[in-house]
Amino acid sequence: MTSEVDARIASVFRRAHGQAVATLVRYLGDVALAEDAVQDAFTKAVEKWPVEGEPPNPAGWIITTARRGAVDVLRRTSRGRELESEVVALESRLAETLEEWEETGPVDDDQLRLIFVCCHPALKTEHRVALTLRLLGGLGVDEVARSFLVTEATMAKRLVRAKHKIKAANIPFRLPRTEDLEERLFAVLSVLYLIYNAGLEREDGTALREESIRLSRELARLMPGESEALGLLALLLLNEARSPARWVDGYSILLQDQDRSRWDRSMVDEGLALVRSCVTMGQPGPFQVQASIQAVHSVAPGFESTDWERIVDSYDLLYEMMPTPVVALNRAIAIGEARGPQHGLEAINTVESSLETYHLMHAARGAALRKLGRSDEASEAYRRAAQLASKRSDREFLLEEARSPKT
Amino acid sequence: MTQYLLSTFVVEGKGPGGPQTPEEMQTFMSNVIALEEEMEDAGAFVFGGALHSADTSTVLVATDEGVITTDGPFVESKEHIGGFYIINAVDLDEALDWAKKVTVAINNPIEVRPFQATGKVADNMPEA
Repeated sequence: MTSEVDARIASVFRRAHGQAVATLVRYLGDVALAEDAVQDAFTKAVEKWPVEGEPPNPAGWIITTARRGAVDVLRRTSRGRELESEVVALESRLAETLEEWEETGPVDDDQLRLIFVCCHPALKTEHRVALTLRLLGGLGVDEVARSFLVTEATMAKRLVRAKHKIKAANIPFRLPRTEDLEERLFAVLSVLYLIYNAGLEREDGTALREESIRLSRELARLMPGESEALGLLALLLLNEARSPARWVDGYSILLQDQDRSRWDRSMVDEGLALVRSCVTMGQPGPFQVQASIQAVHSVAPGFESTDWERIVDSYDLLYEMMPTPVVALNRAIAIGEARGPQHGLEAINTVESSLETYHLMHAARGAALRKLGRSDEASEAYRRAAQLASKRSDREFLLEEARSPKT
Repeated sequence: MTQYLLSTFVVEGKGPGGPQTPEEMQTFMSNVIALEEEMEDAGAFVFGGALHSADTSTVLVATDEGVITTDGPFVESKEHIGGFYIINAVDLDEALDWAKKVTVAINNPIEVRPFQATGKVADNMPEA
């Protein structure tokens, strides 16, 4: 078996995983059982495909095999005639699903249902993230664990707990009702954004970023009328377009220092087109506003020539929707760029006490103080930022800033 | 159909966060009565109750030397269960809908917890 075949199977598997689990959950009513069955099907694919060749409909093959496996498991664990008849009934329902699958492709609603289960507000945020990556992304437990810097055992435990809660508390496998949709969709989008940002933390976070974009694209396809879903996709694409310029020799490069000619133009264009179509939909929301802020950066020829007043306006709007200190800080930074460091510093000072332990607040203060020529205070602020930063590369960068009073 | 425990908590020494004046009390009572009727009509209401404060409780522990009785409560905490409902719901979302209404009516947080089983243990045993 060649690693090429393995990689090919892995890629088919990743794309089919969410669909296969979602379809099986509808019929089995059990996330863990569905997941195990799909996992076993993958193991069989790795054994068989290299010998027998790849089936014409690989995703269909995965789900057929998973279905048979699930029924076998139910048979083995079922006791008594009643359960046996249930298994038979289930088997015929599954066979119908499979025909449906082969005729019309996977039922989109199943995938959506699974997305809403994984991101249910009754689950802990870290559990939502883990479930989304595992069940919808098809990432292995080890991969999910590595992405969040926890041991495989810890991640496995997390997933078991989350699946147990879904089952015990009876979290429903259905679409949220209209009155809940906004809140529930926001929870889904937040999870995808969190996964993307986790992927930004490191240069090798590509898999997480790709997966969040893939799922976000899928969500935008499944819910074309939800402009926030399009807004998230736009936000991710406009960010991802900067990847080629974001890292140099393993160091992350700030937006102001990035070589904009290296940005991925086609991704920028797609993001901008999405932002424009969001505007015509007339249902503004926090993800769309954040996307429009990134859009302003994306069309600016350089950092200084950015339309900062427009960005301040957008942050005003975002603050109305999400009145958090972090949004206020970003608004303050934009004010500094638009109207000068003195205005920026004043705006930062209004959030100083609520972000006392946030390194980026101190870094922003340091930058503003430096521009005002208050070097000693600037160094002090950068040192404080370095003390609070959790990443080593951030600490190094901030200490460097604290030492070098460049004007 | 799953049964859920909807419990509310009181914080020691903080007094109930609920109604203070007679008018507030009246509004509170009529809200709760209306909600309980709604639960009953929907077939969701199973049982409910308000508890005396946790310092009225007594704890028993079976040991090798026999059963020891002590002053309660069992859990050393500032927060203790103050009252509860047991409801029927098709799934968690439906249970959360009721819980939302309860928390608004009583202006106190609600914890929603699924029952693994309810009723007599004997009734839950698989038939031999």
